[in-house]
Amino acid sequence: MPEAVIDIQRNKFMTDGMEFRMGKVFKYGKDVDTDQIIASQYLLYPTIDEMKVHTFESLDSEFIKNVAPGDYIVADENFGCGSSREQAPAVLKALGIKAVLAKSFARIFYRNSINLGVPVIVCSDIYDHVNTGDEIELNMDEGYVMLNGVKYNCTKVPPYMKEILDQGGLLASLEKI
Amino acid sequence: MGMTIAEKIIARAAGVEEAHAGNIYVVELDHLMSNDGTTHLTIDMYNKLKNKKIYDKSKLVWIMDHNVPCDSPKTAASQKKMRDFAREHGITFHEGDGICHELMIEKYVNPKELIFGADSHTCSYGELGAFGTGVGCTDYLYAMVTGKSWVLAPKTLRFNFTGALNKGVTARDLILTIIGRISANGANYKAMEFAGPGMKNLTMSDRICICNLCVEAGAKTALMEVDDIAKAYLKEHGREAADGFVSDPDAEFEKVYDIDLSEIVPVVAKPHFVDNVSPVEEVGEVAVNEAFLGSCNNGRIEDLRLGASIIKGKKVAEGVRFLVSPASRDIYDQAMSEGIIETFMEAGAIVVNPNCSVCWGSCQGVIGEGEVLISTGTRNFKGRAGDKNSFVYLGSAATVTASAIAGKIVRA
Repeated sequence: MPEAVIDIQRNKFMTDGMEFRMGKVFKYGKDVDTDQIIASQYLLYPTIDEMKVHTFESLDSEFIKNVAPGDYIVADENFGCGSSREQAPAVLKALGIKAVLAKSFARIFYRNSINLGVPVIVCSDIYDHVNTGDEIELNMDEGYVMLNGVKYNCTKVPPYMKEILDQGGLLASLEKI
Repeated sequence: MGMTIAEKIIARAAGVEEAHAGNIYVVELDHLMSNDGTTHLTIDMYNKLKNKKIYDKSKLVWIMDHNVPCDSPKTAASQKKMRDFAREHGITFHEGDGICHELMIEKYVNPKELIFGADSHTCSYGELGAFGTGVGCTDYLYAMVTGKSWVLAPKTLRFNFTGALNKGVTARDLILTIIGRISANGANYKAMEFAGPGMKNLTMSDRICICNLCVEAGAKTALMEVDDIAKAYLKEHGREAADGFVSDPDAEFEKVYDIDLSEIVPVVAKPHFVDNVSPVEEVGEVAVNEAFLGSCNNGRIEDLRLGASIIKGKKVAEGVRFLVSPASRDIYDQAMSEGIIETFMEAGAIVVNPNCSVCWGSCQGVIGEGEVLISTGTRNFKGRAGDKNSFVYLGSAATVTASAIAGKIVRA
């Protein structure tokens, strides 16, 4: 899978030889709102880097201590509901979250994530089988995720959104105009 | 095939004869609203563009409302960036005039328009027959530079109202009840359209309240027909009383709900979800530390009048902070001329300037660990109003004011 190799290299996951590290999972429930992803009191900080250390502060104080680039978020329904704050997907991106896999996403969060180049994958199958700390690997193009050698199907990103993701987000397309 | 109001507005904005749910359209935007919640990030991205240009600055309205007055040096830096950019580029700019959605409705929104706002409650413009929807700052920047964006035409949930709300029941009780019924993602990616003979019994303030909160069910937008009540509002606010769109008789609705307004009772949404709704009488004994009357949802003159009528001659309970924030400068002026501000002050309330205040939990009146807020704000998410271990209940202006007097959640 040459594309996966490139992706992994970009995230500096190349380990010894051809062994790749998979990403570990942080699992959350349904209706995780964007206030929980990044609280209001940090939104007017001048930079995303100043905000990102407060990610999931009210939901899970362990998250920021344990998160590493290449990790995944797995969630139940309606992930990212509430406020339109783009800081929510932006802090996840800044922390190197590789993708968010949820049973469903709230509309604005979904759109913001695609625009920023954060893969948001609709995936119902894996939720009941995965726990925080498990390691998974996502194959976005083929539409599946691997956990303990078992393949779970997930929805492929629609072509229109995939195009935006592939060019690195919406701003990249703006530069072409 | 017939079209819904949402489909008709998208067709107009896309310059096509017909638009239908499920298809993506490239549309031209009529207004682009942004506030201090994200504008500093929009500007940072704009400054990095190779080809910097604003498609049509007359479409932009920038409103400083979230942390007003400023709460910290960090916020001051971000707000200065917004203020300076607006001045430099001649962008319409408000600061201290009120909450963005209230100002948009009072001054800018017209029927049939398609409006992007970098704020989730941009769905507030439906009572004027306009399709408002919330976007992030990257989408906003793209539209600011190109004048265009793409939208997925939404399916529509139609709500037919009959009858009238009983005395003591408000539009806020109605929309909270609806959200409780369809759930926090019951309208995700969808439009919510309100119609029926009961509409004539709802004031413009009621209608704004209903449309504003629809995003709490996940809605992309909320829409209503532009009737004589809406046209009178437009005229009073110095705009043309233009016609809006009406859904065709053969338009396709995903689901139709029939709601008898007389069956609605006063409710609250309990922590930490807006769809966690129950009648006020069933919440049990809940002592409150703070009460808030304000926000884009419920800070209009009608809400202030209702609160004032309940608290006149009474006092805020000892140990309770009662914050009152009119949603705009015009509303504040009106409340002063009617003696409403005086009534609240005499009762011991803290009357603050028009702004988002504790509804978004970043400046005024944030609550501490374990504290309880009863609020007319938009959300009761965990940590929304301050400490991550605090509790927000959402209720009407009547319930909030009565609770401020009683020191616990009670029905007015």
